[in-house]
Amino acid sequence: MTPILEVSDLKKTFPGVKAVDGVSFSIEPGICFGLLGPNGAGKTTTIEIIEGILKPDSGIILYRNEKRGKTFKEEVGIQFQNTELPQYLTVFETLKTFRTLYTRKANLDWIVDVCHLTEILNRDNRKISGGQKQRLLLAIALTNDPELIILDEPTTGLDPQARRHLWDIVKGIKESGRTIILTTHYMEEAEILCDNIAIMDYGKIIDKDSPENLLLKYGDGATISIKSETPEKIINAVSCDVYKIEDTIEIHTNSLNECIQNLAHAGADLSNMTVRTPNLEDVFLKLTGHTLRA
Amino acid sequence: MFKRIWIIFLSRNREFYRDRSGFGWNIIFPFFIIIGFSLIFNQNQRTEYKIGVVGDENKIKKEITLQYNNFRESKFIEFLPMENIESGKQKLGHHRIDLLIDPEHGVYWKSESSPKSYHAEKILQAGNYRPDKESFIAGTVEGREIPYIEWLFPGILGMNMMFSALFGVGYAVVRDRRHGVLKRLSVTPLAPFEFLTAHIMSRMFALFITTSIVYAGCSLLYNFENRGSYLSLILIFSLGGFSMISLALIIASRSSSEEFAGGALNLLSWPMMLLSEVWFSLEGARPWVKNVARLFPLTHLTEGVRKIMNDGASLYDIRYNVIALTVMSVLFLAAGSILFRWRKAD
Repeated sequence: MTPILEVSDLKKTFPGVKAVDGVSFSIEPGICFGLLGPNGAGKTTTIEIIEGILKPDSGIILYRNEKRGKTFKEEVGIQFQNTELPQYLTVFETLKTFRTLYTRKANLDWIVDVCHLTEILNRDNRKISGGQKQRLLLAIALTNDPELIILDEPTTGLDPQARRHLWDIVKGIKESGRTIILTTHYMEEAEILCDNIAIMDYGKIIDKDSPENLLLKYGDGATISIKSETPEKIINAVSCDVYKIEDTIEIHTNSLNECIQNLAHAGADLSNMTVRTPNLEDVFLKLTGHTLRA
Repeated sequence: MFKRIWIIFLSRNREFYRDRSGFGWNIIFPFFIIIGFSLIFNQNQRTEYKIGVVGDENKIKKEITLQYNNFRESKFIEFLPMENIESGKQKLGHHRIDLLIDPEHGVYWKSESSPKSYHAEKILQAGNYRPDKESFIAGTVEGREIPYIEWLFPGILGMNMMFSALFGVGYAVVRDRRHGVLKRLSVTPLAPFEFLTAHIMSRMFALFITTSIVYAGCSLLYNFENRGSYLSLILIFSLGGFSMISLALIIASRSSSEEFAGGALNLLSWPMMLLSEVWFSLEGARPWVKNVARLFPLTHLTEGVRKIMNDGASLYDIRYNVIALTVMSVLFLAAGSILFRWRKAD
């Protein structure tokens, strides 16, 4: 199948910083592709180059096997990480304004329905909650009935309930057959929404695959988490990968029994210990050596 | 393209009239100024006489040299050089000056309808100690007084337009750039040309509405009379508004700092307000000040409106103002469009 978007060897440098350093990936139509990485990894820069906001130093971007032309803006829906909207407009007027800017137009009722905006349609767009605003921004990204939707950290700053609400909406959009590019630093979000993930750090893609394959590839063994006031005792007791995340020590091990025995022998307090199977965050830690929320 | 321009035009208009404080200020502010100044100047606090002088003062006619010098040495009299006899007579007719004098040829003109002109004449005549000798030849000019408030009114309208155009467009575009509104619009099919056109149209519409309300309100309150054609008045107001909106687009073309924009707009608006004869005439000012003033669109707008309203001038009479405003509009708009960026440089 022809990829809807192909990015080859993308590079972008800001004074003193290599923001994007040879990024390449391709996205099949109809999937949700996640760009995963901590703040400053280069996700937003990569996305803004694709959107045409930033010019790359080098690299090629193909949309439907061709260079992005005038139709690209017509066919792509975009939700920025942070953006204000034209002031003194109601939610409905805001949607109508953006919808009129496109030749392609989605059905307004469908947008309102899918993004759950019915109750706030006549409200001033400055007087809505954070979750409602993110839903409005997502709705604006849908006004041109886009083939490709780019969502840049759409749930950052939302409370857990509002975040899950937005995930449900994105899942619904995905089910309608549209392609989604999603950047996030929330592991759970990527695991729930994305079919394919590219893990980015320091401007490079470290690995890319489906969440399941990444877990199979890097997520063997188990993760032990211990809250401890004497981390040195724990670090010295085990010979496997150990990470300190705030006041918690995380140990990635393939020999769970041996590791716990070593900790017990070293006199570590295991009363707060939890053991779980690895998740994407563990994969990221393994690949980059530092936590995603850094 | 037209649909996109129209929807941004509508969106800007909604912002304008729904922002009650800004909308109210645009209308109430000029009323305050007009009412305030009419109260102040109705108390007749201006006591000095203003004498317009034409011709070369170094070639005073021999027979009236003593009388003229005595007149010049009198206190509380301000002597203002006039461009020519016609413009001097016009000002005398409107009571902008109290006497017009040509010492080179020994002629002066007074206004029959002005009490101050009568007194100025008496002061001039008192300077002739030898009535048997040849003195000035007296002439008279017919005319109706243009009260200061009526002279001030076009300047206030122009100044209000200037603030509305500069800050309403310049500041708003910079604010939208800073808050990411322009960035959001940049990823839609909206072209910069369409965006700028919508902004200009919207502000022109706003200027038209507010200026009309202020004009009508002040005319009702003070019985201001427009001696020229309303069509000419609309044209010069449109050109003036357009040129100042275009000037604002230059300031708004790239910056995303509201502080910078505020400073730059103040830097533009204050000299314009002070030197464009909004509050006082520059007749007595130094030539370089007058030359600098000619560079401001507000000068040409104020001058054009005054000539139409106070003197009944036609478009042909104010052709230099029309040409200057047109040239400025084209230059400012071209520069603003070329420099415009949706967002701050990478």
